[in-house]
Amino acid sequence: MNPEKPLPLQGIRVINFGWVFAGPYLATMLGDLGAEVIKMETRSRIDSMRLSPDNLDRDPDRDPWFHSGVRNQLSVTLDMEKPEAIPIIKDLIKKADIVVENFAPRVMRQHGLGYDSLKEINPGIIMISLPATGHYGPLRDAQTYGPSLTGLAGVDGMVGYHGERVLGLQQAYADVNSALHGAFSVLAALWYRKRTGKGQFMDMAQLEAVIGIAGEAVMEYVINSNVLGTLGNRYPAMCPHNNYPCQDDDKWVSIGVKTEEEWASLCQAMGKPELSRDPRFGDKFLRMKNVVELDNLITGWTMGYTYYEAAEILQQHGVAAAPCLDTEGRFFDPHLQERRTYLEVEHPITGVDFVANSAWALSENPTEIRLRSPILGEHNSYVFKEILGMSDEDIARLEEAKVIY
Amino acid sequence: MADRALTGLKVIEWASFIAGPYCGKLLADLGAEVIKVERPDGDESRQRGPFPDHVPHPEKSGLFLYLNANKLGVTLNPDTDTGKNILQDMIKTADILIEDHLPSEIEQLGLDYARLREINPGLIMVSITAFGQTGPYKDYKGYAINASALGGQSVCAGERGREPLTPPLCLGHYQSGTAGATAAMAALFGRDLTGHGQHVDISEAQVWATLHTGNQESSFIMHGMKRIRWGHRTPGVYPYTILPCKDGFISMIAIQGYQWKRFLELLGEGSVPEWYANEPRYQDRRELSLKYADEMDSLLAPWLMSHTKKEIYDLCLEKRIPFAPVRNMEEVVNDEHLKVREYFVEYDHPAAGRLKYPGAPGKFTETPWSIEVPAPLLGQHNEDIYCGRLGYAKQELAELRIGGVI
Repeated sequence: MNPEKPLPLQGIRVINFGWVFAGPYLATMLGDLGAEVIKMETRSRIDSMRLSPDNLDRDPDRDPWFHSGVRNQLSVTLDMEKPEAIPIIKDLIKKADIVVENFAPRVMRQHGLGYDSLKEINPGIIMISLPATGHYGPLRDAQTYGPSLTGLAGVDGMVGYHGERVLGLQQAYADVNSALHGAFSVLAALWYRKRTGKGQFMDMAQLEAVIGIAGEAVMEYVINSNVLGTLGNRYPAMCPHNNYPCQDDDKWVSIGVKTEEEWASLCQAMGKPELSRDPRFGDKFLRMKNVVELDNLITGWTMGYTYYEAAEILQQHGVAAAPCLDTEGRFFDPHLQERRTYLEVEHPITGVDFVANSAWALSENPTEIRLRSPILGEHNSYVFKEILGMSDEDIARLEEAKVIY
Repeated sequence: MADRALTGLKVIEWASFIAGPYCGKLLADLGAEVIKVERPDGDESRQRGPFPDHVPHPEKSGLFLYLNANKLGVTLNPDTDTGKNILQDMIKTADILIEDHLPSEIEQLGLDYARLREINPGLIMVSITAFGQTGPYKDYKGYAINASALGGQSVCAGERGREPLTPPLCLGHYQSGTAGATAAMAALFGRDLTGHGQHVDISEAQVWATLHTGNQESSFIMHGMKRIRWGHRTPGVYPYTILPCKDGFISMIAIQGYQWKRFLELLGEGSVPEWYANEPRYQDRRELSLKYADEMDSLLAPWLMSHTKKEIYDLCLEKRIPFAPVRNMEEVVNDEHLKVREYFVEYDHPAAGRLKYPGAPGKFTETPWSIEVPAPLLGQHNEDIYCGRLGYAKQELAELRIGGVI
C-alpha cells in the first residue's frame, strides 16, 4: 500500500454474508475503496454467482461473473448450518465494523446473527440487509429474483416498444441499484459512527430503492393519475430521441435532441438544413406528432455511415450522439480503454481476466485490484489463525466436521 | 435539531435536471446542508413536469419537487464575474461541490478542480457527466440515452433486429447520481486520512459499463460470449421471461428446478401435467430456453390468459413460487406492503400543495431518512445566503438581481 495515498476505507473490516448478488456487489465497492472484506461462503450451499450461466466450465473458481463482480475480497468457508460455526462467526464480527447480508429476512435471526444479537457483542457494528421487499410488511417472505423486482416496482412495465407489449429490462437491475444505494448508506452510517461511536441497522428493501429511481413515473401518477405504459425510446422532453440503424449488422447510433438549436444542428449535420424549417417538424410538439416520419428521415441518413462515423459527425455539429456498443464494441472503444474501464488481472486458474473498474474514478485513489477474485476458502488460514488465533488442531477438527467447508 | 447521519456536511449543488440533483438529494435526505445553485431561469427539471392538470409552472414540477426537497435554493449566473466570485466564496467553505458541466465549459469559466483546490484544498468536487473527465469523448455532449448506448446497456433491452431500448425516463441519471454520492462519502474518509480533498469523476457511461453490465466483459474475454437482446426473455434457463396474462404481464423466473416444478404442479392441479412430464425435449431447462421457448410460451398461455395478475401472484406467494406481476405505478403507489412500511411520504409545498412522494431507499435505526423542508422556490434563500452568510447588503441584493447576477 502506498503510504502517501492511503485508501479511504483502510482499517475498516467488512463481513460479507451476501450472495447472488446485491450483497457481494456492495461489498466489492467497499473493497475497492480499501476496506478488508471477508466473504463468508460454504461448499454446502455454494454462492450461485460462482456457477452463473456464463460459467461454461461449471467450476466455482472459473466463473467470469464472479471474477469481475467479487474482487478485493477474501474468501472464507464456514457452514452456517453447523452450530459450531456460529461462535466463530461471532468472534469475527466482534473484530469487524460492517456486516452485509442479503438473505431472506428470517435467515440471520434464525442463526442467532440478527442485529439485536450482534449489537450485544459489538455495539458499534453497522449492519445492512438488502432483502427483496424488506424486513417487515405483508410481502416480507415473498420470493423474488432481481429482474422480477423491477416488474413489481413499476419499472419493467415501461420497457417495451412504444404502445406494444412489455419486454422488461431483462436484468437484475434491482440488485445493482440496491448495492449502490447500500454502499452509500453504509458510508453515511460509518460517517455517523465516526462522530458518535454509534452503530446501527439498515433495512434496505430492494423494491423500495428501485421505486425511488423511477420518481418521474411515480409523480405522473400522484399528480395526474397518469399511468405510463411502454415508452420505447421516447422521452417527452426530447425529440428526436432514439437509436438509429447504421451500416453493418445490428449497429445503432443513439441521438438525443433537446433544444431547437440542436434540432437545427442535426438538420445541418444531415446535409438537410431546409428540414429545420419544415412545417412538419417546426417544434418539439410537431416533431413528436410526426415522430415516425422524422425517425424514417434520420434513418435514411444514419444508414449511410458506420455507427462511429455517424456519432462523430453529429458531435462535431453539437448534437448529442454515441454508438450503441455491445460487449465486444466496449472492449475496443478508445474512450473506454483510456479510462481503464476494464482492468487486466492475472488469475492462477483462468490466466488473465478482464474485470470491470469501479463505477467512479477518484483522482487520488484510482481503483486497483489489490486482490483478484478469491478461490473458494483461499483465506481460511489468514482469518482463522491470524485474525482469530485458532490453533491448527482446532482448524483440522472443524474441517473434519465440515464446519469449515 | 436532532443529530443526523450527515449533519454538519456542507454541500454546494451546482447541477441541473436529475443526476447531480439526485446526488444532492441522497446527501440532503440524511442531514447534509445542500445549497442548490440554479441559473436565474431555474433548474431544467422545473420545466419538465409532471404538472398538475398538465399546466406548466416552474414551482409545480413533480420531478423538481421530488428531487430537491431538503435543500436551500439560490439563483446565480456564474457567467458574470460577480456571479463567479459568489460561487467561489460559497465553495471556499464547502465540503462537497456537485457539478455537471462539460470539462471544457468548466475550464473556460475558471472553475475547474485544479483552480478550486487552491481556494479550498479540502474540497471534494464531484463531476457527473455522460462520458467523464478524461478520454477522447470527455467533451462530447451526452444525454441519458447516449450514456446508456456507449456504456453497453441499451443493446441489452429490446428485440433482435429492432432498435435497442434505452432504460426509460433517464434511469441512468439516478445511477450516476448515486455513484457520485457514494464516491463523495469515500472521499470524505480519504480526506480525514490525508487532509486534502479530491476530484470524483463520474461518467454515466462508465456506471453502465462497469457496475451494471461489466461482468459481461469477462465472459467475452473468457468464452467469446456477447450479450444481445432477446425480447421478453433471457436464455440460459427457462423460465426467465415476461408473459401476458388475463389483465397484464407476469414476470416469471425460476432458477431452481423445484421452483419451476411447483409452478407446473399448480398448472396440473397437484402434479406436473403430462404434456410436460412426458416430453423429453422439455426436461433440460437450458435446452428448453434455447430451442423450445416459443413453444413453451404458447403451452403456458391458456392457463395464464385465464388468470389475473392478482390471482397468479396470490397463488405464487402461497406456493412459494418466485414469480411477480408487472405492476404499473397506480398499483405500486396503492400497494398494501408499501403502506405498512410507510414507504411513500406526504408533505406540503407552498405552491404545489400536499403531494405524495417516493420515500427512503433504506430504513436506518439510528439516523432515519427524512424530509424536513420541501423543495425551495426559485431563489428562496438568496437573502439568507447572500446577505446572511456572504455579507451582501439587502440593497445590493436588488442590484445583483438587476445586474443579472442572481
